[in-house]
Amino acid sequence: MGSERHQSLDSKLAILADAAKYDASCASSGSKSTRKGSQIGSTEGMGICHSYTPDGRCISLLKILLTNYCIYDCQYCVNRVTSETPRARFTVDEIVDLTLDFYKRNYIEGLFLSSGIIQNSDYTMEQLTLVAKKLRKEHRFGGYIHLKTIPGAAEELMSEAGRWADRLSVNIELPTEIDLKQLAPEKKKPEIVEAMTGIKEKIDERKSDQKKGMKPPKFAPAGQSTQMIVGATATPDNEILKTASELYTGQRLRRVYYSAYSPIPHADSLLPGKSPPLIREHRLYQADWLLRFYGFEVNEIVVREDLNLDLEIDPKLAWALQQRDYFPVDVNTASREQLLRVPGIGARSVKRILSIRRHKRLRTDDLKKLRVAWKRTKSFVITEDYNPALADLDRGDLQRLITPPAKQLTFFDTFDAALRGEL
Amino acid sequence: MQTITIKDFEDWRRVARTLIANATAPSEVQLFEDDGQQALFTENPQPLPSPSDQPGFHVPSRFLSLAEAVGCHRAAARWDLLFRALWRIKNEQRNLLEIETDDDVLQLTKMEKQVRRDTHKMKAFVRFRKVVQDAEEFFVAWHQPDHRIVRRVAPFFSRRFSGMNWTILTPDESVTWDQQTLDYGRGVTRGQAPQSDELEELWRTYYASIFNPARVKIKMMKSEMPVRYWKNLPETELIPDLLADAPRRVEQMIERHEGFDKTADDFIKRSSDQVNTLPVLKQMAAGCTACHLHCEATQTVFGSGPANARIVLLGEQPGDQEDLAGDPFVGPAGQVLDDALHAAGLDRTALYVTNIVKHFKHTLISSPETSRPPRGKKRLHQKPNAREVRACRPWFDAEWSCLREAETLICLGATSATAILGPGIKLADKRGQVCSSDYCQQTFVTWHPSAILRAPNTAARESKMQQLIDDLALANEAV
Repeated sequence: MGSERHQSLDSKLAILADAAKYDASCASSGSKSTRKGSQIGSTEGMGICHSYTPDGRCISLLKILLTNYCIYDCQYCVNRVTSETPRARFTVDEIVDLTLDFYKRNYIEGLFLSSGIIQNSDYTMEQLTLVAKKLRKEHRFGGYIHLKTIPGAAEELMSEAGRWADRLSVNIELPTEIDLKQLAPEKKKPEIVEAMTGIKEKIDERKSDQKKGMKPPKFAPAGQSTQMIVGATATPDNEILKTASELYTGQRLRRVYYSAYSPIPHADSLLPGKSPPLIREHRLYQADWLLRFYGFEVNEIVVREDLNLDLEIDPKLAWALQQRDYFPVDVNTASREQLLRVPGIGARSVKRILSIRRHKRLRTDDLKKLRVAWKRTKSFVITEDYNPALADLDRGDLQRLITPPAKQLTFFDTFDAALRGEL
Repeated sequence: MQTITIKDFEDWRRVARTLIANATAPSEVQLFEDDGQQALFTENPQPLPSPSDQPGFHVPSRFLSLAEAVGCHRAAARWDLLFRALWRIKNEQRNLLEIETDDDVLQLTKMEKQVRRDTHKMKAFVRFRKVVQDAEEFFVAWHQPDHRIVRRVAPFFSRRFSGMNWTILTPDESVTWDQQTLDYGRGVTRGQAPQSDELEELWRTYYASIFNPARVKIKMMKSEMPVRYWKNLPETELIPDLLADAPRRVEQMIERHEGFDKTADDFIKRSSDQVNTLPVLKQMAAGCTACHLHCEATQTVFGSGPANARIVLLGEQPGDQEDLAGDPFVGPAGQVLDDALHAAGLDRTALYVTNIVKHFKHTLISSPETSRPPRGKKRLHQKPNAREVRACRPWFDAEWSCLREAETLICLGATSATAILGPGIKLADKRGQVCSSDYCQQTFVTWHPSAILRAPNTAARESKMQQLIDDLALANEAV
């Protein structure tokens, strides 16, 4: 590990940001109030995206690794020990300074720090925590800090990390034990889940102390999140969503991120060499929303026999097409739960409908004004006026009426469009 | 028709209150923007009746926050629209704002949303540049918001950068924070703002590196970061090049692989009617070409010992002599192992002895003249890497599943200990105790016999040998 000392800050940043980009999470939300005594930085609940890269992802946090040296050999990961990727390591002070310099210019909301595992879990966790502690104590930094915690690290280290960070996360990485065994034999699901449970218990503990009138130090006020890689193994969507659902209820995670397995440089030959399944990732996020905000259960959402989500249509529409008996729903009398199940109507529109309903009866025009996705909604709802599209509800070819078969956009088509005229 | 010019939100509020008090209907009045020019077109603007001393009236608080936001909007029609809505709330429908499909409400909420979005984007896209004057740091930004939102956003920046001197310059208005108070001033032109900052190069490096060329979503980027903001964002100049280079980079990612296409698993034939036995596996392993190690090795060195062994010894890989003989632990390290086993009271013929890697990995070096007569090249042992271990491991897995009576697994050396117990294992810490692994409740780790051969001096050699003997004896007791 001698050569990294001679690397410039610029080349280290290039390597260690590149190595961090496969982590989907960039949220900087959830910490409702700024830490007391902060000189630089604030957290006011809502995160801010300071820039966007051409992959459509936001830059909210300075997302880097402390180092991409790693003793593990996880096959999906560019940083695995057997990869020939160039390596680098930041010092703690380099990260502290870089975070402050970027923050003061309003480039970022804060820091998302992760690391390859060097020496062992405890040492790595200690180094990560040191960065957060220095930012908070020496520089009175009040911006957002997300630390990736290392499964298997000692409990005291987790407590210390939670004290300085807004959010902690442990990546579950792959949806099932079998997937882990195949691609990350050194990672164990029980160990990962245990780490999450540890964080959850500390958050709960703090809350109950607070209720008793005590003033405990902060512990990860923005909760915890995780990431699952999708498409690196053959595991179907219903297994992925089941795992997510367990994590939401069992570990009370704030967010589960789904990351379409993206080809990585220096990929191992055992992995699929293909473009990332972005549409599948999108459908999983839609399904995730249905679980969290729309009152759906996993076994309702996945309706196909191969246990995957339909890539052509969104999961709510897929469900509705199978459950025609549930419809039509009368927008002027239906309950909130019923309205939430109508294709094309989002949770916010439901709220508006309920509020308008107190004063007037809704017509088809009103729904259009609310910008519901009328094309998807129209055959499923009764409105005050005549809705001719309702006649299509029982048609066998309703799906085709709603979504004419579109040319599947390939990965390189998007590029083409990009290069042709858009820019 | 009465025409009134409005300076700002407070002005509108005062005028609206008076108009309502005087029962003036929206159709009887026109509210104009006072931007210094409007007066030219306004015919005889009538002075307002003096503020009435009639009691005020209450509007829903939602209306007030809506009106404050809409007041920042640049559309000239906003004052009329706000007044009409206010009048309707007062006279027609107190809950007007709840009816979001109403055309006035629709338009107002749309304007509110635009202002809110612009406010949010200002928080996001202001880019400070550092200026040092008299050894003091100042951070100055140039920003062009869509609407007149400087005063709406400035308090946010004062909370966020409370310990910093900063200024935000916009064409309409400027604001400065001196770590105590916000001070508003006139608008300026772009040329009056600092033109660069040394950190921007590093920021662009970050921007380029965090972009994943395998996921291009330009529409998404543009909807969240509209092109009109790009001219003031130092990172956006990279976008065309990043996009142009993306297809090439992705192709490279997809084509370039490391590692081996196969693992030992691909060489293990399984049939439903017959269970593979150790001799059958040994035969299959003889033809294994999963990794490249077979190219330079003489033969596969499979494990040896009875299928009913209760103790299994797992080493790293065969050495020079093992490679020639085709049996594990028959060279100098094998001799050390035999001695240690003997001292620990173990009978080697009752044990199963194998390696986690089954081919001899080595490098050829010129034999040093001093030690023995020169005879060209010597084969020097090389430690197998994690990738080779992974490719070969299925052979051990298969051996293990044949060893039905195995109760104890002893890992000799760090390579096999890491393979069995996971990375980060320190032999010195873990030896001399029972560990549990996925293979076996009773897993032990100890020195590899060759570590004893390599020990720097007699004392170290003797102490390591004693530890090896102790560990073997401990494992034996556990059976």
